[in-house]
Amino acid sequence: MVNDIAIARNDFPILKEVINGQPLAYLDNAATTQKPQAVIDALVHYYQHDNANIHRGVYTLAERATEQYEAVRQQVATFINAASGAEIVFTRGTTTSLNWVAQTYAPTILQAGDEIVISIMEHHSNLVPWQQVSQRTGAKLRYVELTASGELDLAQYGDLLNARTKIVSLTHVSNVLGTINPIKKMTAMAHTVGATVVIDGAQATGHFPVDVQELDCDFYAFSGHKMYGPTGIGVLYGREALLAAMPPAEFGGEMINLVTRQKTDFKPAPAKFEAGTMPIAQVIGLGAAISYLQHLGWPAIIAQEQQLTAQAYQELTAITGVTIYGPTEPTRRSSVLSFNLQGLHPHDLATVLDLQGVAIRAGHHCAQPLMTDLGVSATARASFAFYNNQADLQQLVTAVQAAKEFFKL
Amino acid sequence: MNLGGLNDLYRQLIIDHAQHPHHHGALPAASQTITLNNPTCGDVIKLAVTFADDRIEQIAFSGEGCSISQASASMMTDLVQGQTLTQAKKEIQVFLEMLMENPAATQDDPDELLGDAAVLAAVIKFPARIKCATLAWKALEQAISEEEAHE
Ligand SMILES: Cc1ncc(COP(=O)(O)O)c(C=O)c1O
Repeated sequence: MVNDIAIARNDFPILKEVINGQPLAYLDNAATTQKPQAVIDALVHYYQHDNANIHRGVYTLAERATEQYEAVRQQVATFINAASGAEIVFTRGTTTSLNWVAQTYAPTILQAGDEIVISIMEHHSNLVPWQQVSQRTGAKLRYVELTASGELDLAQYGDLLNARTKIVSLTHVSNVLGTINPIKKMTAMAHTVGATVVIDGAQATGHFPVDVQELDCDFYAFSGHKMYGPTGIGVLYGREALLAAMPPAEFGGEMINLVTRQKTDFKPAPAKFEAGTMPIAQVIGLGAAISYLQHLGWPAIIAQEQQLTAQAYQELTAITGVTIYGPTEPTRRSSVLSFNLQGLHPHDLATVLDLQGVAIRAGHHCAQPLMTDLGVSATARASFAFYNNQADLQQLVTAVQAAKEFFKL
Repeated sequence: MNLGGLNDLYRQLIIDHAQHPHHHGALPAASQTITLNNPTCGDVIKLAVTFADDRIEQIAFSGEGCSISQASASMMTDLVQGQTLTQAKKEIQVFLEMLMENPAATQDDPDELLGDAAVLAAVIKFPARIKCATLAWKALEQAISEEEAHE
């Protein structure tokens, strides 16, 4: 299996790039992952052989495009174990999926004095939309806090929940701390008070299997580009009854049944949410990404990412002055490692690493309230994918040590 | 490793200013206090200035940021303290032009005008860091224009 994984690296042409005279060690996978040749080929093939607008033409080509597009909907449903394709809405990405739930569904169930619960580790895209809804509806925004080990404080969460809690929206995996949250348990707790549960799956779907029926969440959002698919495509999963109740965010072509001068009758979900011409090629590319992941298989992907993360954790902490944030237990975290080197701002560290071909992220990672909570203004972040290898890891560790020497820290 | 590239950006002068910034702190009696942040990275600079007779009488900065932003603020405050607003505005303009993609054909020589801050010209080769270098200067630009609007 490990061998298959080592070979899989060759499926990603970009990993052969040379950056500043050094081999590229791409360690910003939490921002976006690279694309395998299979996904690139699917996009090219679509434009070369199958391009037509979907759901409209009566001609063969349009039928072919429509068929492929709808087949991916089924494929996504199977991928996250939704009850049916009707529960899968294509969107522009996680941000759009979460905004739609917050802006159109949430106001239908929220009143002044109600409560929305999110966590302090949310990405801005699962935080700002809820602030906006809270301002509009008068519902109160409340936060699940962190424990000392960078996990969500379940006791405090339990205390937050009450009959006024109408929505709980949580990230499955933290894009800063790497924490994998116990979503199944937290969903069950939220359901005991009757709250609707929304999950931000942006950092989960490409890294381990997600089963929305097992999690029992009500909505689940994710992006294609963070799981080896194209940019510009994402998914909103919603329980059938909730999607039926949720008003569309956009209106226009293809989402209607019948339009008269003063009134319009919408198609049922998911079509009512997919107004206008959708990113068809990207949907097909997402399908190719899912097929690719299934072909590799979760056990190999998980084993490689856990091995790299655990080893990086160990080797980085062995460098005096390095602090790593988040859980220490490798099985409780994903392949995201946020860290700081004492005496050097993460931006400077990222520049030094870039000069050595190592691509990491530095900054607040779209989680400013979390940064404040951690008492830092920014962190450096390395995030691994299954195609990373020992050489990438050693390049990272060596580069951090070199930074230390250069700045005499 | 690529030390050449590193030495280009992190000259000793920049590291010295970053590690021991000048005019670092607050000015309780400031005429203008401007807080600017760099939204992509979260760096914050709080610049306090007291003006007197069309001059920058006192200047100080605080906040969080990388070596480049801290060094730039330290060098800038060294340069402009005691100067006339006209002179400071000129220097801001020359500094910002120095780090623009296509610098306007200017007659002004940054080396002559900008003091230590002229070494920050190297940042142009690191496009992701230009905003770090310009933050303090933009804060001063704003402080002066607010002061002038007041009068
Ligand atoms: C946890 C989390 N949520 C949401 C997002 C937003 O995803 P997108 O930019 O694809 O909409 C990200 C991406 O950075 C993320 O890491």
